[in-house]
Amino acid sequence: MGGHSSYQPKSAFAKWFHERLPIMDLIQGQALDFPTPKNLNYFWTFGGILTMMLGAQLLTGIVLAMHYTPHVTMAFDSIEHIRRDVNYGNIIQKLHANGASMFFLAVYIHIFRGMYYGSYKAPREILWMIGVIILLVMMATAFMGYVLPWGQMSFWGAKVITNLFSAIPFFGDSIVTWLWGGFAVDNPTLNRFYSLHYLLPFVLAGLVGLHIWALHVPGNNNPTGVSVKSGQDTVPFHPYYTMKDAFAIGVFLIVYCLFVFFAPDYMGHPVNYEMADPLKTPAHIVPEWYFLPFYAILRSIDNKLLGVIAMFASILLLLVLPWLDTSRVRSGTYRPVFKQFFWILVLDCLLLGYIGSRVPDNLFWVDTPSHEGGFALTNKLVGQIATLYYFVHFLIILPILGLLETPKPMPASISEAVLAKNKPALPGHKAAVPAE
Amino acid sequence: MGIVATGEHADSDRRDFLYIATGAVGAVGVALTAWPFISQMNPDASVLALANVDVDLGPIAEGQSVTIKWRGNPVFVRHRTAKEIEEARAVPIDELKDPLARNNNLKESDPATDINRVVGGKEQFLVMMGVCTHLGCVPLGEQGDYGGWYCPCHGSHYDTAGRIRKGPAPENLLVPRYEYISDTKIRIG
Ligand code: HEM
Ligand code: FES
Repeated sequence: MGGHSSYQPKSAFAKWFHERLPIMDLIQGQALDFPTPKNLNYFWTFGGILTMMLGAQLLTGIVLAMHYTPHVTMAFDSIEHIRRDVNYGNIIQKLHANGASMFFLAVYIHIFRGMYYGSYKAPREILWMIGVIILLVMMATAFMGYVLPWGQMSFWGAKVITNLFSAIPFFGDSIVTWLWGGFAVDNPTLNRFYSLHYLLPFVLAGLVGLHIWALHVPGNNNPTGVSVKSGQDTVPFHPYYTMKDAFAIGVFLIVYCLFVFFAPDYMGHPVNYEMADPLKTPAHIVPEWYFLPFYAILRSIDNKLLGVIAMFASILLLLVLPWLDTSRVRSGTYRPVFKQFFWILVLDCLLLGYIGSRVPDNLFWVDTPSHEGGFALTNKLVGQIATLYYFVHFLIILPILGLLETPKPMPASISEAVLAKNKPALPGHKAAVPAE
Repeated sequence: MGIVATGEHADSDRRDFLYIATGAVGAVGVALTAWPFISQMNPDASVLALANVDVDLGPIAEGQSVTIKWRGNPVFVRHRTAKEIEEARAVPIDELKDPLARNNNLKESDPATDINRVVGGKEQFLVMMGVCTHLGCVPLGEQGDYGGWYCPCHGSHYDTAGRIRKGPAPENLLVPRYEYISDTKIRIG
């Protein structure tokens, strides 16, 4: 693996150890000396932020597990117990609950970064696909974690989402019974969700290891999308990017703490402070904000099976994104038309998120119940259009755009782009750039 | 040469056979080992033991509904008004989204007529699962466009016989297996 490492064991012990387990060489090569494009912007710090957040969720989660009771009669109270009785439990519980939201915030920025700069394109397809699998596992983890406090939203969210599997022809109902371990969401369900919620973050850690391994084969993409051509284009990861990442993590932690300390329930739902009641569904069931766009897609199709298929397809589609985008130019910076469609997609996803939080039959602009008669722009109709656009973007616009669009001229190398940016090109100035 | 070649051939045949046979036995072994780990997630004996529950219909007045918990799920028992029964009977079968009775006491292919949703002679008592056939929420009674039930989760409308009329739910509300154990008592399950 080494390759980039300048590691030389200094002491006799280090040499003895190195011959038996060259881990210091690996660390030096992959984490310290690793050649990294010198033009990475702050969007490239989100991978580090995500790694930190995974660690934070593991730490706070393991602590919560020391005080939580996974039983339908006690789970709800045990969360209150953590918040009221356990030393610092109040803060640790809120760190974990808000941490999930911050984790998703970071991952969505990370994904859109990849989309804008074409980081999914060759030779980074496997890296990207591992990312999509990470996203799916993250979603499963967050979903099961949300069930554990056993509030009304926990229970009904769990019931509605597990019921999605009943749409599967023939085996649907047996699969749902199997998932529940009963004929309704009940104690066996809570127990297994707890077990899996504890397990999956460690699976995530393993996947992140693969993700970074796949990253370190071709190395980072960069804002120009132009591949690294020479040592001129890179700097060692440490100290340049360890410092940049650390600074970004600090800023991110400030935002995170603002929520934890000043608005810990801002992203939650009050009805989840009511204990689960299997005989009464709350008036509005809404998932956590990070699931809203997918929920909107599910609800925009009236056929149960097709709605479920569309929802899963909207994520699985990302697995083949590297082959749907036919343009050979990576970075959106040099793709004037793509850039506009990219931002339309971002708005479309935000719109889907908004629709996911609304009552489908209400009117879109005023969000009041629509009255019969004539054409009405309901939330549902807007959601249907936004859902359609989402798929059109990936399945029609991207493949065609790559063939039709004329990209802007690209810099010959990362160094050239950096220099051009910092010193407006003067005639003859280019010659001053040492050729390597 | 010929002899050697035959010998080699016989040898590799033997080896292929052993290879495939070992692989096959191994695969069966893996499947057999996996099964208990999959099966343990199915409802256990204690869950299955909660088989039935008795309901006294006597105290339920006309126009009143009660909700009973059976196997973790709500069961609706509604004493329907004459008007509700009238309305449900008047609906032609081909207007229904789901033409099947969905009544566990009848054959799977029986049509969703009003009488097939209840017990003959006791048409006023509609007994069915309070579990929306879309994604499992509990519908609200005496609401929706058809005067029956309305599911707030994604907007499914059921009529006064609990049949799906509008919205994303694919099936009529399920009628569980139940029987009259006396004139005014039923046993669900
Ligand atoms: C637990 C969640 C995740 C963690 C901890 C993580 C971690 C990282 C790290 C440390 C990097 C290198 C630094 C950077 O470029 O920001 C990276 C790069 C990357 N990640 Fe992730 N990631 C996660 C989820 C995802 C997801 C869900 C996707 C896509 C669906 C994804 C796609 C990528 C891509 C394409 C790159 C290469 C970017 C480039 O070189 O331009 N990652 N990731
Ligand atoms: S669960 Fe009833 S409409 Fe979706």
